[in-house]
Amino acid sequence: MTAPAFEPVIIGFTCNWCSYRAADLAGTARIEYPPNVRLIRVMCSGRVDPAFVLKALADGADGVLIAGCHPGECHYLEQNYKALRRHRLLLRTLAQLGIEAERVRLAWASAAEGARFAEEVRDMVALLRALGPLRWPARPIPAAHAQATTPTQAAVTEVTT
Amino acid sequence: MKPRFAMYWAASCGGCEIAVLNIDERVLALDAAFDIAFWPAAMDAKYRDVEALEDGAIWVTLFNGGIRTDENEHMAHLLRRKSRLLVAFGSCANEGCIPGLANLSTRADLLRAAYDGPGSEHPGPARPQTAWDAAEGTLTLPALQPVLRTLDQVVEVDYHVPGCPPESHQIAAVLDLLIAVARGESEAPPKGAVLGAGASTVCDECPRSRDVKRIRALARIQQLPPLDANLCLLEQGLMCAGPATRGGCDARCPRVGAPCIGCYGAAPDVLDQGARLMSAIASVVDADDAEHIDRVLDGLPDPAGTFYRFGLARSLLRAHRAALAAEE
Repeated sequence: MTAPAFEPVIIGFTCNWCSYRAADLAGTARIEYPPNVRLIRVMCSGRVDPAFVLKALADGADGVLIAGCHPGECHYLEQNYKALRRHRLLLRTLAQLGIEAERVRLAWASAAEGARFAEEVRDMVALLRALGPLRWPARPIPAAHAQATTPTQAAVTEVTT
Repeated sequence: MKPRFAMYWAASCGGCEIAVLNIDERVLALDAAFDIAFWPAAMDAKYRDVEALEDGAIWVTLFNGGIRTDENEHMAHLLRRKSRLLVAFGSCANEGCIPGLANLSTRADLLRAAYDGPGSEHPGPARPQTAWDAAEGTLTLPALQPVLRTLDQVVEVDYHVPGCPPESHQIAAVLDLLIAVARGESEAPPKGAVLGAGASTVCDECPRSRDVKRIRALARIQQLPPLDANLCLLEQGLMCAGPATRGGCDARCPRVGAPCIGCYGAAPDVLDQGARLMSAIASVVDADDAEHIDRVLDGLPDPAGTFYRFGLARSLLRAHRAALAAEE
């Protein structure tokens, strides 16, 4: 028996107004695409902080898809341009950490483009299958810290003289 | 008997020790309040002196430096065991700092650069050996680990004092606090607290005005015309880490025209300093098509080294993939 083929796990951030609806449309129109992508709906692609992408990769994802409205069609006017700029910058940083550009994709899909959304996912899955797993090693977190302190919970004592 | 105090350096530059001495005569208060049990930079003591102490015998240890070698790791565990309070002191211990930038390279590449590169006087290929049989006996060196880790990635840490190095007035205030706690005159801060730092960003302490939220080009300071003394440095095209960096330094660098480079680490509630900085910088770049954006970003030749100059080792990804692979 041969080992099962590698199936990449992709975290997909889709915007409430276009790309999430495109994914929805792909479903209702029964357009088939591989089930590798786990969609997370955000209000806008401009909401996707680079930390979301890094956390997905660090915690086991093989790739991240960020999908928004077409340029000029953002529900919040120009936040998808912000997503584009962050994506261009993030790819440069990731390259220095040994992460291929194919793993973090930015795509545009309007609410009417179910077929386009499905095609983006198909294409990305094919590329990641060829690229292989990312398997980022887990961060060492001391037991006492795991429960006690996240950056949010850690108390800050301001000491001034 | 006075409570015992220790200060130790692991993978660091020694600047933290200098910063402690920079509090001038107030260092005498430290000596008055504590019995200095171990502080290699300031006095002679051997590891075996620490090993001979009972567990918990040191009241507080200020630990600076990251964990890069087996010796660093051994000392982190030893001092954790011997200390009631372990303080990650300075940027290296907290987020890796400049030594943490070596996490962008594999151990093999680091050794190649150090031993085969320019400046190496050794005639042939040479690598440090962890053990070597000489006529006098076996000589040993601690092994270099695959990546640098922060202190709290190796042992439990009680308090964090950020900064590269921590500002002297902040150190003095932290020592005053520790002395008061040791004497029972003040309550101990909650475990995990960040001491001697601000509760917001460097931008919030910076007196420069922020007007336009658009930058057309990024450049190095020597490539720019003379800077406006009152306007935000980032808006003038200079990469500044203020938006993602914890304050407490009173924005000393931007005040005098040098951009913040991020030495106080991630601002409160920021998960990843570099990610926050990328987000902030990309947001204000005045370009809307990929080609134009790329031209502006070309002004930042080393993004990972710029955004993670101090915070790489404690960031979400921690190191180059190939360096981490060697760790497994």
